[in-house]
Amino acid sequence: MNRYPAWKNLMIVVILIIGFVYTIPNFFGESPAVQVSPARATTVIDAALLARSNDILETANLAVEAAYLDPNGIKFRFADTDTQLRAKDVLQRELGDGYVIALNLLTNSPRWLAAINALPMYLGLDLRGGVHFLLQVDMEAALDKATDRYVQDMRQFMRSEGIRYARISREGQSVRVRFREAGIRDEAIPVLDREMPDLLIKSSDAGGEFRIVATLRPEVETRIREFALQQNITTLRNRVNELGVAEPIVQQSGLDRVVVQLPGVQDTAKAKDILGRTASLEVRLVDEEKMDPANLEAARNGQVPFGVELLYDREGIPYLLKRDIILTGDRISDAQPGFAQDTGEPAVHLNLDGRGAAVFQQVTRDNVGRRIAMILVEKGKAEVVTAPVVRTEIPGGRVQISGQMTVTEARDTALLLRAGALAAPMEIVEERTVGPSLGADNIERGLRSTWMGFAALAIFIALYYAMFGVVSVIALCVNMMLLVALLSMLQATLTLPGIAAVALTLGMAIDANVLINERIREELRNGTTPQAAITAGYERAWGTILDSNITTLIAALALFSFGTGPIRGFAVVHSLGIITSMFSAVIVSRALINYLYGSRRKVEKLPIGNTDWYKRQPDA
Amino acid sequence: MEFFRIRKDIPFMRYALLFNIISIATFVLAVGALAFKGLNLGVEFTGGTVMEVNYSASADIPRIRETLEEAGFEDAVVQSFGSSQTVLIRMPTRPDVSGARLSEEVITALRNDNPGVELRRVDFVGAQVGEELVEKGAMALLVVSLGIVAYLALRFEWKFGVAAILANLHDIVIILGFFAFFQWEFSLPVLAAVLAVLGYSVNESVVVFDRIRENFRKMRKASVREVINNAITRTMSRTIITHGSTQLMVLSILIFGGEALFYFALALTIGILFGIYSSIFVASPLVLWLGVTREDLLRPEKKTEEAVV
Repeated sequence: MNRYPAWKNLMIVVILIIGFVYTIPNFFGESPAVQVSPARATTVIDAALLARSNDILETANLAVEAAYLDPNGIKFRFADTDTQLRAKDVLQRELGDGYVIALNLLTNSPRWLAAINALPMYLGLDLRGGVHFLLQVDMEAALDKATDRYVQDMRQFMRSEGIRYARISREGQSVRVRFREAGIRDEAIPVLDREMPDLLIKSSDAGGEFRIVATLRPEVETRIREFALQQNITTLRNRVNELGVAEPIVQQSGLDRVVVQLPGVQDTAKAKDILGRTASLEVRLVDEEKMDPANLEAARNGQVPFGVELLYDREGIPYLLKRDIILTGDRISDAQPGFAQDTGEPAVHLNLDGRGAAVFQQVTRDNVGRRIAMILVEKGKAEVVTAPVVRTEIPGGRVQISGQMTVTEARDTALLLRAGALAAPMEIVEERTVGPSLGADNIERGLRSTWMGFAALAIFIALYYAMFGVVSVIALCVNMMLLVALLSMLQATLTLPGIAAVALTLGMAIDANVLINERIREELRNGTTPQAAITAGYERAWGTILDSNITTLIAALALFSFGTGPIRGFAVVHSLGIITSMFSAVIVSRALINYLYGSRRKVEKLPIGNTDWYKRQPDA
Repeated sequence: MEFFRIRKDIPFMRYALLFNIISIATFVLAVGALAFKGLNLGVEFTGGTVMEVNYSASADIPRIRETLEEAGFEDAVVQSFGSSQTVLIRMPTRPDVSGARLSEEVITALRNDNPGVELRRVDFVGAQVGEELVEKGAMALLVVSLGIVAYLALRFEWKFGVAAILANLHDIVIILGFFAFFQWEFSLPVLAAVLAVLGYSVNESVVVFDRIRENFRKMRKASVREVINNAITRTMSRTIITHGSTQLMVLSILIFGGEALFYFALALTIGILFGIYSSIFVASPLVLWLGVTREDLLRPEKKTEEAVV
C-alpha cells in the first residue's frame, strides 16, 4: 500500500495554500497611484499627514480607491490615470516642497493580502522601464583632498608652535616637510606624532635635505573611503528624491561604487544633471542689529533692509543674514551627531579643515553672543539649516552645536550639513536605460515563451506517460505556483532573464518526474506489482534527483555570487526553482499518486503508458 | 506511448574510441575557432555603448549612418535589429566624451534628423567594469567546475568527478566555439546560459553514474564495460525525454522570446544537444579509461567497524 501519513498530507495542503495565497497578488493587475514621500530624511510621514492628504483630495473631488501608509510614504490608488494626474498636481500644490509626489502603480489585490505581505513580484528595470546607473566614486580624489587638509593643519600647527620648517607640500597621498637642520626635524617628530594621530610620521633624508614624510594610517584611509562613499550616497538620495521617482534605489555596490536605479524615469538627461549637480553649504553671520520685529515684518513684505538677505529655516523662522560668506561647505571635513562634552545634551560636532578653522576662530572671536547661520544652497534655493549662538571663541576647527536639540534633530542636522556636497567626484561607469515600450514588450515576450513552452511540454508529457504524465504536469504547475509565491514573498526582482529562468527551470524540473516515471515503467517491465513499482520507482529515483539537482544548484549559486544585475535575477529564479521542484516533483506528485492508487487493494495496471510489449515478445 | 523499446544492452563502450575521436575533433575545431576568430564579446564585457532605437516607419539605415557620421560618430556601427523599424547602434568607448553623455548626443543627432525616433534602450558600460565582468565570468566558471568536481568526488569517487567535468567543459568549449565561429554576440545572458548548461549537463552524467553504481551492486558478475553499457541503455529513454522536454521550453524561448533572449536560447540549445552526447559518449568512456572498479564505489563494510574499535 502507498499512503502518506496524515501529517505529511496536511503539510502539503498547508504549503499549497500558502503558495496559492502568495501567488494571487500577481494576477490582480495594477492601478494608477500617487505616492507621497518625504523630500528629506527629516520630514515625517504619519497618520496626520495621511488625514491631511485625504482632506486635500476630498476637497478637490477626487475619488480615492484606497490609501496606504507605509514606512516609505503614503500611497493613494485611483481608478484611472486622469484622476491620478490631477491628484498629483493637487497634492504637489497643497503639500508643498517638503514632499515628493510621484506617479506609481499599485496592485489591485485586496487589502488583507497586502496586510500579510502578499505582494506582487517586483519587476526589474528591463521589464518596467527606467534607468540604472553605476557610479564610481573617485577615492583617489577623496584621499588627495584629505591629505590636502592635513597639509594645512600641519602647516598651521607648526607655525603656532614655532617649529621652523623650510617647506611643506603634498606629494601623492603623503605630506612632505623639509627642514634646514636635522635637530629641528628630530624635535618636531614626537610633537607632530602626538598632535596628528591620524598620520604615520617618519623621517627620510635625501640629497642633503632633512625631511619628514607623513602618510595616512591604513585605518584612517579606510575611514576616509567609507566616509566619502557614505556621504555620496546620502547626497545622491537627497537628489534622487527631487526627481519624484516612486521607488528609487540608491545603494552601495562594492567598496567604491553606488548603484542608482530610477524605475519609470525616461528623461535620462535630467536625471544625469541632477545626480551630477553640486550643492553647497554656506556659513554666514546673522545680522543681529537688524533682526528686530519691525525689520523682519518689512522684509517679509518684500522690503528687505540694505545689505542683508531674508532666509527661512525649515520651520519657517525668518533670519536676516549678512551677505558675506564666511566659509563654504568644502571646509567642513566632517559632521557627526553626538553629545555635548560639558552638558551631555545632544549635539552636532563639526570638524573644519586647517584654513576653515583659522577663519572660524577669528570670526567667533569677533562675534561672541551673535548667531552664525549654516545655509544649504541647492537648486538655487537657500535654506537655513541651523543658526547657533557663538558662546566663546572657537579655536582648532572643532565646532560643537548644541542646545534645545533632540537626538533625532542632531542626527538630521548633521546629515544636512554633510548632505550638501559630494565628498569626492563621481563618474557614471555603467548606464542601462530601458524605454517603457521595450519593457512592456519584454514582459509579453517572456510570458508568451513561458506559456507556449509550458503548454507544449504539458501535452507531450501527458500523452507520453498517460495518467502519470497528467500527475507530473500537475506537479509542474504546483512548481510554477510555488516559485512565483517564493519570488513574491522574497520580493526578489524579476528580470527578463529571470522569466527565461522560470521557463528553463520548468523544462529542467520535469526531469525529476521523467526519472520517476521511467523507473516505475522499468519496475513494471521486470514484473513488479503496481504498488511495489510505485514505491521502488520513487525511492530509487530520489537519490539521482538529489544528486543532479545539487550540481545544478552549485552552478546557480556561483552565478548568483559572481553575476550582476539581470544575471542575478536569472540565478535567483533558477536556484529557487530547483528547490521548489524537489518538493513538487517528488512529494506532491507522490501524494497525488498515493491518493489515486495508493489505497486501492488491487491495481491491475498502472496508466503510465504501455509496458506490455516487454512481456509479449520474448527474446529471440 | 513509449519510444524506446530496447531489450538488449547497446554496446556503447565498443565504440568509445570512435566517439572520443569525434569529440576530440569537434573540440579542436572549437578551440581553433576561439583562437583564430575569438569571441564577439558584447558591450558588457568590452565596454562601450549600445543603443536600440525605434522608428515609426521602416528605418533608413544608410541615412542613419550618414547622420551619425555628420555628427562626428564615424565609429558607430548601425544595424537593423529584429524588425525593420528597430535599429541597433554600437559605439566603442571614447576617451574624450564621457560614455553617459555619448548616448544623449547620438539621440539628439537622430532626433534632429527624424523626430519620430524613439529611444528604446541604452547600455553603456565603462571599460573597467567590462574587464571586471570578464574576470568575474571566468571566476564563476572556475568555481562551478571545482564545486561540481568536489561534490561528485564526495558522492561517487574522484574519477567520476573528473570525467563529468571534462565531458561538460568539452560541451562548454563547443558552445563557445560555435559563438566564435559564427561570431554571434557573447553577452551576459549567454554566459548565464553557459553556466546553466554546465550545471544541467552534469545532471546527465550524474544520472548515468548513479546507474553505474547501482549496477555494480546488482550485476555482481558483469564486467565494468557491461555495467556501463547497461547503465547507459537503461537511462537512455529518460535522457531523451528529459532533454526533449527541456528543449521544448528552450525552443519556445528561441521562437517567442525576442532578440534579447535569442542567443541565450541558442546557447542552451547547443548545450542541451551536446550535453546528451557528451554524457553518454564522453563521460562514461572517460570513467572506464580512468580505470573505475567495483571497489571504488562499494567500500567494504569492515572499514567502519575497525574505525569504531
